[in-house]
Amino acid sequence: MKRVIQRGMKPLALALAAGAAIASVAATAHADAKPIKIGIVTFMSGAAAGPFGVPAKNAAEVTAAELNAGKVPAPYATKGFGGAPIELVYIDEAGSTSKQVSEYRNLLNQGVDYVVGYTSSGNCLAIAPVAEEMKKVTLFFDCGTPRVFEDASFKYVFRPVATATMDNVGAARYVAERKPDLQTYAGINQNYAWGQDAWADFEGTLKALKPNAKAVSSQMPQLGAGQYNAGISSLLAAHPDVLHSSFWGGDLEGLVVQAGPRDLFKKSLTVLTAGETATHGKTRLPDGVIIGARGMYGMFAPDNALNRWLRTAYSAKFNDTPSYPSYKMNQSILALKAAYEKAQAANGGKQPAPEQVIASFEHLAFDAPAGKIGLTLGKGHQAAQGTAFGVVKNVNGKVTVTDVKQYSIAEVTPPEGVKSAEWIKGGLKH
Amino acid sequence: MSQIYAVLVDGVMYAAWLFLVALGLTLVYGVLKILNMAHGSLYALGAYAGVTLIGPWVAQGGNLYVSYLLLVLAAIVAGGAIGFIMERGILKRFYGQDPVVLLLVTYALFLIMEDAIKLVWGVDPYTVSEPYSFLGNFDLGDLSYPNYNFLIVGVALVAGIGLTAFLKFTRSGRLLRAVIHDREVSQAMGIRVSRYFVVTFMAGAVLAAIGGALTAPTVSVAPGMGVEIVVLTFAVVVIGGLGSLPGAAFGALLVGLVRASAVHYWPQGELFSIYIVMALVLAVRPKGIFAPLEARKI
Repeated sequence: MKRVIQRGMKPLALALAAGAAIASVAATAHADAKPIKIGIVTFMSGAAAGPFGVPAKNAAEVTAAELNAGKVPAPYATKGFGGAPIELVYIDEAGSTSKQVSEYRNLLNQGVDYVVGYTSSGNCLAIAPVAEEMKKVTLFFDCGTPRVFEDASFKYVFRPVATATMDNVGAARYVAERKPDLQTYAGINQNYAWGQDAWADFEGTLKALKPNAKAVSSQMPQLGAGQYNAGISSLLAAHPDVLHSSFWGGDLEGLVVQAGPRDLFKKSLTVLTAGETATHGKTRLPDGVIIGARGMYGMFAPDNALNRWLRTAYSAKFNDTPSYPSYKMNQSILALKAAYEKAQAANGGKQPAPEQVIASFEHLAFDAPAGKIGLTLGKGHQAAQGTAFGVVKNVNGKVTVTDVKQYSIAEVTPPEGVKSAEWIKGGLKH
Repeated sequence: MSQIYAVLVDGVMYAAWLFLVALGLTLVYGVLKILNMAHGSLYALGAYAGVTLIGPWVAQGGNLYVSYLLLVLAAIVAGGAIGFIMERGILKRFYGQDPVVLLLVTYALFLIMEDAIKLVWGVDPYTVSEPYSFLGNFDLGDLSYPNYNFLIVGVALVAGIGLTAFLKFTRSGRLLRAVIHDREVSQAMGIRVSRYFVVTFMAGAVLAAIGGALTAPTVSVAPGMGVEIVVLTFAVVVIGGLGSLPGAAFGALLVGLVRASAVHYWPQGELFSIYIVMALVLAVRPKGIFAPLEARKI
């Protein structure tokens, strides 16, 4: 009997030993997998660092660390990118556009596999053709201009977050619904592409939605001007029913501080399309101001496992809640992981070539804390998202939002192949 | 309120703020012949020092009237100390060299100070706005203005008149004018020029820092705030004439009124308006409207 058992046990022991050996080799293979090096470009100095660059960098750091530790919920539970650990290389986005082009080339010389970066629309427009020339998969994580994929086509460039069209169309829809008797509106936006495009989209949408309403003032102060009292006087004198601003960072905080005592926000229904970043500092947005977060981010994000994970992991590491630039950076890295692992699976589990990652990235649908995201625009390179707006209500010194209204992709984004400006001018039809 | 009155009030307020910061720049140029690129950093330093001192004070419910004094005190200490270190530690080693060398040295100081500020205070913005709204509002027609803006107008007037009176009516002021006029002869006459240099540079630094500290409650204090102001104050002193106090006052008033007119009547041209004024003035008077006369040396 004993011999029978021993004889029967022998193949089993061999099988177990072989299994253990394979497992050990596999584990070693994973442990020894070449790291995936990602270049992260964001503002680490200058006025945009505090509201944008630092929260984005923090998000990159926490996302990479959690992915490497395998702590991110499904469908991102595998370690790193398909088992290969992620390594981040940071570059400061501060400085001229020409400097960014040089820095981009330097980044590639450091052997990065992918680049995720850029808040400035000007930098995105300049980097896209360089990325194409250098054949490096590059993801834009924050810049808003829709022109990147509306005016050109790129193979290596992706933007897994939405454009700024969504912000201003959503803002116009919200104020039109909230103030049905809207007769006059005005704006205060920074005098560069971002502010000018934001005002044009907002004004164009209101022209379509409220043809009888008219613009009574459009203030265009210099980026970083700091002093807005003359503009505030002009806006107060114009008595607009609705006031629109795409101000961000120090400009937004300065406007809030200077307009508050003069009751500008009480006299006009005010919508701040990038207002969410101002809820993270000490600036107090007054009750009644409408804010957006450039997508379903921050206080507008849905209650799902990925959102809960991001908020918990970010807060644990940085003792703060993630703002919308953090969400957008996180969303971009998760998109890259989804595309990479899809390509890896199609490649029989082996490390995919950049072309294979591109093939799996185009028209990708992936999960993010903001929900399901699809790259349905720009020939599959540009994400389309819905957005939300709400009204600020300060509760025990904490900013909350009430009357949140969500807008679907079709309500705030043009269909594929149609330019944002033309879509708005044509009456926002699908 | 008629729009023209709004233009006047907004223009004067902006002019006062600009003049307060430009005063130190033109004073330093007048005496030391240094076009101080680091002036913007001294302004930012004043703002950071101000919010650092009054932030905890306001948070603990301290008297807000005292917070104004604390802002000025912080600016005097920070501006005076850094001004002394800059002049004695660096600038005095370059006196007598080509003005371009001094321009580059102050530009280097500007870069160093920008990084030093980030090192000390980080990149997150600081906001302490309570002193701005605490003084209440002043109604002018259907517009209301925070009284704090009038406080800045008052401080600018006191600084301008005080400095002019000092130069005109005090012994030290007259000696300083002699140094401005001809430093070599002044030295030969026994005036301790180096002492006047360090005190003047410290005074310029303190004026920049006071400008920054008093601006701090109205803005978000963040890296980069010194860059914008240095460009504007350069425009002001160039229009008025480098080294001229009445010139700085006139330049600030001109820029303030033109900018306010643009904001009210042609908002898209706001940025452009300041520089077109500068270009027009320099086309007619290349050394500025109130450029001080220079004695020809044989």
